[in-house]
Amino acid sequence: MRAWLREQVLAFLDALSRIRRQFLTAILNVLVIGVALSLPVGLYVVLNNVSGLIQRGTTEPQLTLFLDTAATQADTDAIRQRLKESPDVQGFEFVPKDKALAQLQSSSGLADVREELGENPLPDAFIVSGRATRATALEKLRDETAKWPHVELAQLDSVWARQLEAGIRVGKAFVAMLAIVLGVALVAVTFNTIRLQILGRREEIEVSKLIGATNSFIRRPFLYFGALQGVLGALFSWGLVSLALALLERQLGVAISALSDSGQLRGLSGAEVLSVGAVAAGLGWMGAWISVSSHLRRLDPD
Amino acid sequence: MIRLSSVSKRYAGGQEALRNVSIEISKGEFLLLTGHSGAGKSTLLKIMAAIERPSAGQIWVGGQNLAGLRAAAIPYLRRNLGLVFQDHKLLFDRSVYDNVALPLRITAFETRDISRRVRAALDRVGLLGRERANPVALSGGEQQRVCIARAIVHRPAIVLADEPTANLDDAYAREIVTLFQALHQVGVTLLVSTHSAAFFDDVSPRVVELQNGALVS
Repeated sequence: MRAWLREQVLAFLDALSRIRRQFLTAILNVLVIGVALSLPVGLYVVLNNVSGLIQRGTTEPQLTLFLDTAATQADTDAIRQRLKESPDVQGFEFVPKDKALAQLQSSSGLADVREELGENPLPDAFIVSGRATRATALEKLRDETAKWPHVELAQLDSVWARQLEAGIRVGKAFVAMLAIVLGVALVAVTFNTIRLQILGRREEIEVSKLIGATNSFIRRPFLYFGALQGVLGALFSWGLVSLALALLERQLGVAISALSDSGQLRGLSGAEVLSVGAVAAGLGWMGAWISVSSHLRRLDPD
Repeated sequence: MIRLSSVSKRYAGGQEALRNVSIEISKGEFLLLTGHSGAGKSTLLKIMAAIERPSAGQIWVGGQNLAGLRAAAIPYLRRNLGLVFQDHKLLFDRSVYDNVALPLRITAFETRDISRRVRAALDRVGLLGRERANPVALSGGEQQRVCIARAIVHRPAIVLADEPTANLDDAYAREIVTLFQALHQVGVTLLVSTHSAAFFDDVSPRVVELQNGALVS
């Protein structure tokens, strides 16, 4: 166990010294990996913020209940009471038909409509905002309220919310695809770097094998090198995304503070940074493993 | 200690390097393998160290049958061997000390044990004062001695040396022979190939000769 641990530490130190010896190459690789990673990571952050804004946004989807013309003041009060008691309802506003007509007249310029119609054709209405913002949850609320007495029509303006949700879903799928493609690129970059390193150390590897080094002993420093490079790339992409976010915040300053409570865009959480780092380390490790193993296979006796 | 039974090696091109070779080397024996170049001496040594696999025949090294040896088990076989190469195979990107320490590092020795053993091995080949030098700065004979130090630093029971005196002046060659003699005296099983057996006359080892891949007795 102690010997195993010592081997790990020695291999790690060896990997560090390899980075130091090939500093420029290593830095350039870290840049490449970092830029490649910051595409999916950045898109992920943007999507996160968009869906965050929708969830707490001021333009949340609304449910409108139109009452029938037979509804009396008592009926209206009963509905008002039921809305108050419903756990799914966050708030509501009563729009009496006179006010609705006035709004219509002022906003559409149809000032003469009243005279021509003779009487107000508009119904009383409740504009309800639900506690849940997911479209399906609001649909449930609509189906329920539609059955209430004197509710002529319950209309949900959920189309846009659905479209946005669908858009975000597509966006997330796109990010996942991008992450996979660029993950493969990360493996390829590491593979190539390690291959070049192996060429520079061909003799050392050959002699080590001749005097009894196991494949895992030879592989180990390369694996640590690949993983380290991945982690550094992930850190760099984190910095890049944070910087972009800060610039965006300055540009959109007013708009953001109108839309979000904190007035700030949401960056990566600690757990998210850790998982990006872990994934990058894993991919770097994998690229190195493939590279060294394919070289070592050629050294085995046939 | 080492036993070869009807070993043949045919290369992909059809060239037959070894034909039906059977040898037995007992523990502590000094065996000199002679023959002109291309007679199959190097191939025989490589097969014993599992650097190449035979086309036919059986090989036992230290009680281990090499025929069924998995690739993953080869490193552990080689750790029981000391290999001396004709071209030394020293690494010029590090000091003499680090070259000799290599077999110990791959088996995760403690640092202070490494230092003690490397110095002992370098002392044995008379190069204790050159441990900080780069092998490229050494003469051919000194390089060969570093190679021998690396082969014995982990105290293997068997040392296989392929043409250790080739490309060396007579004086240097005799130094190397003396070194092998000393190893023989401490009980190491030795198999040395050479095309100039005369250097080893004083040691009077058992001599076997290869001709066109076959043993002549």
